[in-house]
Amino acid sequence: MIIEIASATIIIIGVLFVLTSALGIVRLPDFYIRVSAITKAATLGVACIMVGVAIYFNEVDVALKAGAIFIFLLITSPIAAHIIGRAAYEDGVPLWKKTTFDEFRDYREGKLENEQNKSDRLGSDSKEEKSSES
Amino acid sequence: MSWFYIVLLFALILLSFAGVLVFIRIILGPSLPDRVIAFDLIGTITIGMIALYSLITGVTSYLDAAIILSLILFLGAVAFAYYMRRSHKPKK
Repeated sequence: MIIEIASATIIIIGVLFVLTSALGIVRLPDFYIRVSAITKAATLGVACIMVGVAIYFNEVDVALKAGAIFIFLLITSPIAAHIIGRAAYEDGVPLWKKTTFDEFRDYREGKLENEQNKSDRLGSDSKEEKSSES
Repeated sequence: MSWFYIVLLFALILLSFAGVLVFIRIILGPSLPDRVIAFDLIGTITIGMIALYSLITGVTSYLDAAIILSLILFLGAVAFAYYMRRSHKPKK
């Protein structure tokens, strides 16, 4: 009886998380904000459902299977969201019109400048080394 | 019909409602990544539904299908990302 109460509570919490992420993917204004909604809320919801299943069956092999799903989803969902978000940014999916700053663009420009600086510095270093060697 | 069965049925109904909401985004979605993300979320919801179904029937082997589904979802997302990067490179 106590096992059923605990399992039902955790499962309902997980289902409410999944429902929240479904509401988020319909209502949120921008692609990147939607990615944020699904990659956290849905993963946490399914993880809660898996914990509820493992509690109810109360066996080792079921707990291992549920833990495998849990851990694999927890590892791969952020990676997939990251890859799709980067591909979408390079594809030119527009940001929301109220977005005030674009850190990824700044990062890329800053990275390019840093690489140029580094190559200049390396070139000057090698010249200095050559001069010191000679 | 115990109260636990009714709770599980209620949870399945809520998950189905979430699936309908995500399907609205697949229809509306203005760009391809929106649809890919919505497809990913439908797969995640399906994993939860499989887990609840294995709770209702008491057959734990259904969880193997959930493991395979979670593997294939990741591969699908990565494949769509590579498709989006490759298909737009020659235009630039």
